Amino acid sequence: MAGKTAGLEDLSVAYVTEPVAAADWLIVAPVALCLLVGSVLLMLRKDTRLQPLIAIPALMVLSAMTLGLLWHVLANGTVTMTMGRWLPPFGISFTVDPLSAFFAATSSLVALAAGVYGRSDIDHSGRRYGFYPFLLLIMAGVIGAFLTGDVFNLYVWFEVLLISSFGLLVLGSERGQLDGGVKYAFLNLVATTLFLIATGYLYGLFGTLNMADIAVKASELRGTAPLMTLVTLFLLAFAMKAAAFPVNFWLPASYHTPRLVVSALFAGLLTKVGIYALLRVLGMLFPIEREELSFIIAIAAALTMVLGVMGALAQNDIRRALGFLVVSGIGVMMAGLALGSPAGFSGAIFYAAHSMVVMTALYFAIGIGVSLGGNFRLSEAGGLYARNAMLAFVTLMLFLSVSGLPPFSGFWPKVMLVKASLDIGAWWLAAAILVTGLLTTITVGRIWALAYWRPAGEGAASAAAGSAPGSAAGSAPAGAIAALFGLVALSVAAGVWPEPVLVLSQDAARGLIDPSAYVLSVFPGEAAQ
Amino acid sequence: MEPVFAILVGALFTVSIYLFMSKHIIRVLMGAAILSNAVNLLIFTAGRITREVPPIIGPGVDTLSASAANPLPQALVLTAIVIAFSFFAFLLVLGYRAFQKLGTDNSDEMRVAEPVNEPAPPLGY
Repeated sequence: MAGKTAGLEDLSVAYVTEPVAAADWLIVAPVALCLLVGSVLLMLRKDTRLQPLIAIPALMVLSAMTLGLLWHVLANGTVTMTMGRWLPPFGISFTVDPLSAFFAATSSLVALAAGVYGRSDIDHSGRRYGFYPFLLLIMAGVIGAFLTGDVFNLYVWFEVLLISSFGLLVLGSERGQLDGGVKYAFLNLVATTLFLIATGYLYGLFGTLNMADIAVKASELRGTAPLMTLVTLFLLAFAMKAAAFPVNFWLPASYHTPRLVVSALFAGLLTKVGIYALLRVLGMLFPIEREELSFIIAIAAALTMVLGVMGALAQNDIRRALGFLVVSGIGVMMAGLALGSPAGFSGAIFYAAHSMVVMTALYFAIGIGVSLGGNFRLSEAGGLYARNAMLAFVTLMLFLSVSGLPPFSGFWPKVMLVKASLDIGAWWLAAAILVTGLLTTITVGRIWALAYWRPAGEGAASAAAGSAPGSAAGSAPAGAIAALFGLVALSVAAGVWPEPVLVLSQDAARGLIDPSAYVLSVFPGEAAQ
Repeated sequence: MEPVFAILVGALFTVSIYLFMSKHIIRVLMGAAILSNAVNLLIFTAGRITREVPPIIGPGVDTLSASAANPLPQALVLTAIVIAFSFFAFLLVLGYRAFQKLGTDNSDEMRVAEPVNEPAPPLGY
């Protein structure tokens, strides 16, 4: 931008003049597709038969786009597209590095599974309430948040996904949903407001909202500006979104109330957007401040994982236990953020992708179990192994994966994080991860023993109609089974053959620790100067 | 002018945090409305309040002169106002529906999702 003394008629001072390369359109295509199909579905809200027929192919196209984007980024490095063709930092940039592309691809596969599962889980009245439009719009928010390179734009995508999540949460307006929805809505509103305050201060200090520009200017401003205050505000806001202790209580209060597929989607995606924002803002933009805060983050991480899993141990309702396990997993990712080393970041990234897939699949498995005649209440559940041994086996694999046992996908990131903590002498953090793994194994082992292995009829009140063996047991719909098996296949593949995911996570972590590729992609001119 | 606004913003934050600590949803709602306005006013004030100097970056300069008001925070606030307004509308409806269905606006009594006397899970097989 500097160095040119052209007249007003020379548009190259203000605009990107060369045409956008065809493959670069992939940067905005996922978000545009979600918004477009979401609004079409909104117009077809009353045609409940047509909705999944449009939404599921659209989610397939979305997955193809984000996988294509991931391939494009891995082949060509970080790519940028600036809206309105303004030269950055004046336009809003979408900058896609391996981290963004990896999370976007994983989340769209999870959304596809949710769309397929929702076909059987959401009846016609639920579709009229707008399940599929909200699903597409929430994906616009999630993927927009992953791909954007602008802090205020990140705030806007947070709001897009938040307002869609409100709609999904109260789908059906039952008593429990309204109760959980009130708590979810207020606490998330406070979190995004904190984020907005921090964004306002950020602009006041930096005079720019472009992430690449901030990464460059942070080192110049470090001596004079109160960056520590700013980063602490960001940490609080994003930790609240990610449900880290002590600001996690909205999650277990609400995640068990909506339709099962909605719980599954939220557990898979929403908290991970908070983790992504933490990694991006604290990890990439303000590494020095993150280092100073790392002890606080580590304590919060250890408490989040241990208290989360202890909450799960105390629950009689399987869905509530899973909600607490989501919180516990957030603690493991926060531990990676606290470590800040390449191994720590890549462990957190790997664990976040694993958690997106596995937590969603766990909710699916529990939901299919209940549709087979099981029960959400542990005291009354039983007999699922006798009904469907295959489902019981697949659920056991997921349980072992979430507790981090080999050969499933939860094992490798935990190994990386434990090793990274021991490397810097933080034995207590490593111990917290291992104790959490043990307690998680006890929690899920008990769920499996009681709900799957125990013969039906031994539970407290299973004489009640509906859980009588054989008679009322429905059969699980094929679509739901396919969605579950698809996600389990991803988890097993990443566990047995972790090399590609490991390399990808390490690539993504490198991009966070050394943002020069990110900056260069936004400001190609800087290299020449 | 800005110091007065800064004090006003502080006062608004105090009021909204006080209201947020209430058990009654209706007060929390008012707190949410005041909080969003406090934030908007904060960002608006941070961009300087004046209308005498037009915000034009002169030739050969890279940044806006310190005497002019920065228009970008105003644009941000415009976006934030729209979002905060729609959220407030949603929260009003949600709070009202919750009051209708649950028969209370006291958050201590809203225990449908998390019942008070939930039985412990079976401790043995």
